[in-house]
Amino acid sequence: MWSPSSPAAATIPDVGRTARIPLPALAAASLVLVTTALVLVFFVAPTDANQGFSQRIFYFHVSIAITAYACFAGAAWKAFRYLSKRDPRADLESYVCVHQGVIFGTLVLLTGSIWAKISWGRWWLWSSDQLVLFLVLFLFYCAYFMLRFSLDPGPQRANLSAVYALFGVVLIPVSFAAIRLAKDIIHPVVFTLHGPNFGGWILVTYCVAQVAMLILAYTLYRVELAGKLLDGRLRELSEVLA
Amino acid sequence: MSYFRDVGALARKDLLLELRARDTLPAMLLFVASVFVVFHFALPASPSRLATIGLLWVAILFTALLGLGRAFVPEREQRTMDGLVLTPCDRSAIWLAKSLATLAFLAAAEVVALPLYAVFFHPIGGATVAAVVLADIGICAVGTFLGAMAVATRARDLLLPLLFLPLAIPIVVGAVGASVAASPARYLGFLVLYDALFAVVCWASFEYVVAE
Amino acid sequence: MLIARRLGRRYGEKRVLRGINLELPSGGFLVVTGANGSGKTTLLRICAGLAQPTEGTIERSVLRAQVGYLGHEPLVYRELTAFENLELYGRLYRVAERGERIGMLLERFGLWDVRHERVASYSRGMTQRLALCRVLLHEPELLVLDEPYSALDEAGAELLDAQLAELRGERTFLLATHEPARLEPFATGRLALAA
Repeated sequence: MWSPSSPAAATIPDVGRTARIPLPALAAASLVLVTTALVLVFFVAPTDANQGFSQRIFYFHVSIAITAYACFAGAAWKAFRYLSKRDPRADLESYVCVHQGVIFGTLVLLTGSIWAKISWGRWWLWSSDQLVLFLVLFLFYCAYFMLRFSLDPGPQRANLSAVYALFGVVLIPVSFAAIRLAKDIIHPVVFTLHGPNFGGWILVTYCVAQVAMLILAYTLYRVELAGKLLDGRLRELSEVLA
Repeated sequence: MSYFRDVGALARKDLLLELRARDTLPAMLLFVASVFVVFHFALPASPSRLATIGLLWVAILFTALLGLGRAFVPEREQRTMDGLVLTPCDRSAIWLAKSLATLAFLAAAEVVALPLYAVFFHPIGGATVAAVVLADIGICAVGTFLGAMAVATRARDLLLPLLFLPLAIPIVVGAVGASVAASPARYLGFLVLYDALFAVVCWASFEYVVAE
Repeated sequence: MLIARRLGRRYGEKRVLRGINLELPSGGFLVVTGANGSGKTTLLRICAGLAQPTEGTIERSVLRAQVGYLGHEPLVYRELTAFENLELYGRLYRVAERGERIGMLLERFGLWDVRHERVASYSRGMTQRLALCRVLLHEPELLVLDEPYSALDEAGAELLDAQLAELRGERTFLLATHEPARLEPFATGRLALAA
């Protein structure tokens, strides 16, 4: 009869209890912060003189963009840890970071596109460095998934994913420089996505929105990671029982 | 020094293989010529120099992809990568040797492609040639690295362009910029930066690509 | 020379090896048997250093350069000649007196006359003999051979027998085979894998 103390159970790797913030607290914090941010953005922050109500999307656009960068940086950090420590959990964490990064990156493209349409009447602005950079990164990290899904799970998939994630962070500054350089040869700068001048409530609103997005991303990361670890554990269990 | 001897032995092997097989280089030449003809029909009458320079770089990029897709085929089909990995040579030597060999093929293809372009469309300046040299280095360094990754997957040929194109965008910016801008030095400098940065990253991480 | 503890390897969902323990002392001759799909090839690849285990540990007291591996594939380039293949590996393994050693091996395995012909033109037996030359080229301390007899012709098999007899005791062997009876006189240890 299988029991937790039997020899078979000893081979199941422990999911690991670290001193981490419990998930329900995180979820609650996300809810509170996002709601606060929404309230601040739509009701408290002053209306921009030039762009009017539509400029409010900017608070989310920038905070989501920073969050996406943080996810990609986190993915590269976890990838580095995987390569140096060979810890399969680091590979899983890196993957989940990339996943979150792509989700938030998609949101950047969507919010940026909406803002462009409202402000300038066009769904896409090649002149916006931020948008073009995210488009390139979006393509890059989508290829990450294609790479990952065309490999069987194992050390090789983890190795290649980790190396690719590291390439990603090198690509970010290089692409940014390239896009800036390209401006001079492609077309003159006509439209830009400017932020408001910071001060007072605008700063407060932005900071709340930024923290809210970061906490939200971290919560989603923890949820997805927990789900994947549980999958892995179930697989191990079913093998032991088989 | 033995590192470079290993690179030499491996590069020699790659060049020998291509000379015997004689399929990649002719394919690249034929491809680039065909692409130029397609451009003629795809562009409106008497296209500007700017438009055709852009297309030149698209042609170079896709011709390179053709060659890069073939780079690790012997190692994959005959499993000889195992043989190379068993030897005490540094893993990065495998990447460097393959990049140099691919660079040689790409350069050979361009020796024909560039004069052909000049004849079909517009003459080429010195800055463009310099850009070709620098861009080739970046294309071969990164492309060979990604080719080794793609070869290990199920999707293989399908995957290489997807992995390569986002990373190739900065190369295109630098190369086209150097070809059309009034002061190409900035763009050429950017290409040097790209080449140096990614060559180091590729060199340092290739061992993880071949490890199982 | 080689110690494996609770070695395991999975590919995706499939568990190919589980809980393997083996100890191969220097000078030993370990014969691995098992049905197809029992993981012999995977085990040998891990022991040779070509693959990493996903569970358990393996300790090897030899350098990578001192291992010789013969797999199901001969690991030679078909478009190169036998001589060019051995030249390449000779350089990469930094074999001393490369030319002489290559010549000696080619002659011993009956490939001297065809040394400048492409491997693509060889028969299966000849290719396997070339693979053996490749394995022995750098005089490895540990020889990991995966079913070496399977692709050999009669002449090649006799040559291999002679080679094993000569090197047994001096070098360490890890062999997988379908015919354990043939290797019985040499074996110091046996490992049977269950599918």
